[in-house]
Amino acid sequence: MGAPWRTPERRRGKLAALSIAAMVILVGVPLWWKTTQTYRAWLPVAQINELAKLQLQLSADVEVVFARGTATPEQQKKVPVTQTQDEDHAVDEADLSLHRLSESPCGSLVIYVIPESSSLLPENVNVYIGQRRTALLRIGAQMKVGKTLKQLLAHLEPRVKQILQVMSFSHNDITAALSDRVRFSPDNKESIADSMRAFKSSPGYEITFSLLNPDPKSHRLHWDIEGAVQTYIQPLLTKLSPVANFSLDSQILYYAMLGVNPRYDSSRSAYILNADSLAHVINPVEARLGSNAASSNPVLNFLLYVPDAHHSPLYIHDHKKREVQTNAFHSPRWGGIMVYNVNGFYQTGTNFPVDVNINMAKVMGVFLAQLRLLLGVQSTAPPSSFQVAPCGSSGLADWELDRLMWSRSVENVATATTTITSLAQLLDQIGNIVINDNIAQQVSSAVTSLQLAVAELEVGNLGFALQYSKEAILASEKAFFDPSLLHLLYFPDDQKFAIYIPLFLPMCVPILLSLLKIVSEVRQRRREKQAKKD
Amino acid sequence: MLAILLTDSAGQFFSSGHTNNWAVLVCTSRFWFNYRHVANTLSVYRSVKRLGIPDSHIVLMLADDMACNHRNPKPATVFSHKNMELNVYGDDVEVDYRGYEVTVENFLRVLTGRLPPSTPRSKRLLSDDRSNILIYLTGHGGNGFLKFQDSEEISNVELADAFEQMWQKRRYNELLFIIDTCQGASMYERFYSPNLMALASSQVGEDSLSHQPDLAIGVHLMDRYTFYLLEFLEDIHPASKTNMNDLFKVCPKSQCVSTPGHRTDLFLRDPGSVLITDFFGSVRKIEITMETINLTDPIKQMEENSGNDVQTENNTYVDQLPVSEIIHQKPKQRDWHPPDGFILGLWTLILLVFFKTYGVKHLKHVF
Repeated sequence: MGAPWRTPERRRGKLAALSIAAMVILVGVPLWWKTTQTYRAWLPVAQINELAKLQLQLSADVEVVFARGTATPEQQKKVPVTQTQDEDHAVDEADLSLHRLSESPCGSLVIYVIPESSSLLPENVNVYIGQRRTALLRIGAQMKVGKTLKQLLAHLEPRVKQILQVMSFSHNDITAALSDRVRFSPDNKESIADSMRAFKSSPGYEITFSLLNPDPKSHRLHWDIEGAVQTYIQPLLTKLSPVANFSLDSQILYYAMLGVNPRYDSSRSAYILNADSLAHVINPVEARLGSNAASSNPVLNFLLYVPDAHHSPLYIHDHKKREVQTNAFHSPRWGGIMVYNVNGFYQTGTNFPVDVNINMAKVMGVFLAQLRLLLGVQSTAPPSSFQVAPCGSSGLADWELDRLMWSRSVENVATATTTITSLAQLLDQIGNIVINDNIAQQVSSAVTSLQLAVAELEVGNLGFALQYSKEAILASEKAFFDPSLLHLLYFPDDQKFAIYIPLFLPMCVPILLSLLKIVSEVRQRRREKQAKKD
Repeated sequence: MLAILLTDSAGQFFSSGHTNNWAVLVCTSRFWFNYRHVANTLSVYRSVKRLGIPDSHIVLMLADDMACNHRNPKPATVFSHKNMELNVYGDDVEVDYRGYEVTVENFLRVLTGRLPPSTPRSKRLLSDDRSNILIYLTGHGGNGFLKFQDSEEISNVELADAFEQMWQKRRYNELLFIIDTCQGASMYERFYSPNLMALASSQVGEDSLSHQPDLAIGVHLMDRYTFYLLEFLEDIHPASKTNMNDLFKVCPKSQCVSTPGHRTDLFLRDPGSVLITDFFGSVRKIEITMETINLTDPIKQMEENSGNDVQTENNTYVDQLPVSEIIHQKPKQRDWHPPDGFILGLWTLILLVFFKTYGVKHLKHVF
């Protein structure tokens, strides 16, 4: 007769317990693990970390051309490329003809060095910056015959650098564009003001022109906004089309008053708005301006205010109590307001309402200047010996466009990198978020575009760099702001226990107890065997 | 993360780094007995609008079941003072998320920006890196959580993570967080992102109490902390220079019974240099436009052939409901039916024939 544990029932019981335990451990646990896993598509984390270091190298092609009479024949032989030029034309025409000589692609510059005695530039002007991508540089009195090529180039280098800083990009500009990531030392107030004033890089902008007529009983205003936009604003926007898309609308608001009461100044017999009260003008009006509900693009508002007959004429004074020439002001990242006085168009005593045709050229001149500032075309003044050509009919010189494109590309690359890195960090930190395939795809395409953009910036292909950086931004924003990334953001561990314990504990208890019983029986048998041996 | 240090306080341009203001005002309770929470939120909404923030920059989340509640003795009003002095509901309130749309998920979506593409502009928080945001929450809360509409809760960890995601995407310049619930201080304990300042109406373990019941309406009208906060805000106008240190002194223990708390260690500027209007109002930076561009081209006339392509259509409007025709029309011709009496007569005839055939004696019983 065997020990109690040798009976067949006992053995069957032991086998049953062991097989159930084996099933639970070998089949049940992996099955539970697999089915409760969150779906996480693969992300190129290594490449993202590499991008996070963000080492940007920007290169701009500069071609320096020596005009006849600046370099001696010996020097001319040594310099690889020479070109000759006539000096009889005026500066603008020279600029244009030079531009036609070599059509420089986006991002590059051509600097023509002209002799000291040349009559093209006036006396105190050493550098002339043209409308396109050319500049004229006066060689400087020291460069007489007898100097070597090396000294000539060494003399020119700082001057060329100075031109580059004005026309392409300078250290401050790039730092400003990277203001998200880089600590900003506030010694250059103007660049801070610039970075606060200009809108952040966005794929599209909405521009709204509004005419505010608080007194329709006195003034019947006519403005040819369609024609004015087509003639004056559209060329600029077309030129800026590689940078962003623009949508335009216009509206007329009646009985829209300013929020502040202007003071009457009897010495000038006009109403005055001083600079301190300008800040409170915008808010009451803003409530009445509409916006396109379909897009989330930033909105630039340009308001033209025609004062009512009792408060005409209305002038704006700056902080020093001087009258402002343009009679306009603008607010950073919002838009601009111009006050247009119409009391000069009619005599007192005429029958109201009076028909008034607004001079759109004057109005659009001011709005165009404000638009340039708000879009980020820098307003920093060039050094004193520089003369800058007035921008053409499109309102934007080519080199200004290049400047904008440089800073936009850098800004886009920086923002996209930050977005992708923080998204990767977030997804890594929170293990519960589901990463769908489309998010992984967007991230991969953003990473590819970023790498391409950085490569193009290194080479100097500005157009392609900007395009890739825009694609990178779009893809990264889409991935970051995907609505599906919100669920199960916070799932604390103690709640997980609270869910699983009621399910698994009642099942595990009999299995564990039977296993323990088997183990204790085995141990007892072994002890008895040991005792038998002894 | 690093931020821009601006130390010059003289120039208006550089005293604060923001160019626009946003406000997210959330009332997390519903049902009639939580009247005071709705009144709290609406009063803050009124103040913020008065000081200049437009509706397009305010995201207001309310259950909005007070004004038209069956138990409201004065329909279409929500009062915040005893004796019905001030109707904060008014007629120009713009509620962006109402009723059952006020959920934890929608709140977090608004903060982080992860809204579906079909969401309209008015329901989005379109802030950028130069926006100062005011976030005001009120409702019933506990140690580390805030209850949303009696069915779900948001924890302080979730809130801190949401703010961190806002910071990562640079969706704010500075953020002021005010919470008026029981144990409100627990909600800002876990913040770790820079440039956050937080105020709460009570510490952990304390309850925030309500201010005054109105016997005519039958419920408490406001909470104490928000009541005294509003009294403080009434003295602020868009050009005032009051700073945050005064805001911290609002509602001391003697008035509030609970101890209000605040947290400024994550904020980079000194609270004494932060103006109230930096968050509650919307003071714009102004620059005078110095330049103008000389435009000499005449305006292009719009070409005539473009007019030919577009056919001018005479627009006609279809009558939605031709009322005049309905009133004056003749009665419609219906299908012909035999006259009514005919049916009755027919049935009488059938009955008579029946009784004739089967015996007259049954007829007695019928008639």
